[in-house]
Amino acid sequence: MKRAFPILSILTALLLAYALYQALAVAPADALQGDVYRIIYYHVPSAWTAMLLFFINFVASVQYLASANPTRRAAVKWIVIAIGVVGVIVCFLPPVTKQFATYGMRPSAAATTVLLVPIFYFLIGKWFPGQRLDMLAVTSAEVGVVFCTIVLVTGPLWARPVWGIWWAPGDIRLTSTLVLWLIYVSYLVLRRFSNSAQTQMLAAALAVFGALDVPLVYFSIWFFRTQHPQPVIGGGGSMDPRMLHTLLINWMAFLCFAFLVCWSRFRLELLHREVEEAHAMESLGGAAPAKASLPLERSIR
Amino acid sequence: MNPIKFLAAAYIVTWLIHSFYLGTIVRRFSRLRQQMKDLGKKSKDAPIQRHRG
Repeated sequence: MKRAFPILSILTALLLAYALYQALAVAPADALQGDVYRIIYYHVPSAWTAMLLFFINFVASVQYLASANPTRRAAVKWIVIAIGVVGVIVCFLPPVTKQFATYGMRPSAAATTVLLVPIFYFLIGKWFPGQRLDMLAVTSAEVGVVFCTIVLVTGPLWARPVWGIWWAPGDIRLTSTLVLWLIYVSYLVLRRFSNSAQTQMLAAALAVFGALDVPLVYFSIWFFRTQHPQPVIGGGGSMDPRMLHTLLINWMAFLCFAFLVCWSRFRLELLHREVEEAHAMESLGGAAPAKASLPLERSIR
Repeated sequence: MNPIKFLAAAYIVTWLIHSFYLGTIVRRFSRLRQQMKDLGKKSKDAPIQRHRG
């Protein structure tokens, strides 16, 4: 485990370098936009990664809220199973597939998205028990905000040469992404500056409401007419296979990078709580933190 | 402005944001490790002080 982090870091650095090479040298130029379209290889993977991280934050927050009460936990578990089963069945019902077809959306893509809910729910509950759920929530929110910031910065840098404007006011995809970013920034501000015993519960509740914006951002380009281009994957659009290959390699590279950053941030959160615990024990009983701190310190390495 | 400059700016800004964030993580880590060390020292000194007192 001690060696895993440096080895994964080296592999991720190599993958990022390879992805950059693919993005700048291998993928063909766009017929209309020329080379500036290559911003897609950073903009889109960052957006997907941010949404995945916000989704993890949502699942961890729901689990954290449910974990306070065994009856609530059992009820949420069955609701999640029902969402997975009913959601997948609904995606393949003829009237729904017809409706999807009008938006150029594949039922399999929608069903996969729905299936992610129970899969993530049970995996996260298994791997992050108790307080670790809250730590995972804050980790994924913070790293998600970093990726979302990149989306909001690279978007206008791409829009200016292609659309002739930095920002399209009123565009639902752009506005909902900005709102999403603001919600998660306020989540982090709440966690940073509130000292109440209820902060973790309040933050989890805010995260659940904030997550409602994620599907709006994701599906806005299917359901509304926007300045933002239509989806090229899972939405009936077309893309040169070399471009798609490069896009997926870049997403893999950014996912690996996000995983490593989350790992570091999670360890930081663990250390932060151990220091707080040690401070509390010190204020209570003088010499107590030395005994408590050593095993805790070891556990994060 | 040359469109390539926007491409370069997007790539550079992306890595600047990531570097800045990684920098904050490293800084917070070193601050917490220092606090942990200080707490360890205090706890070592505490019984001696009590003994002297």
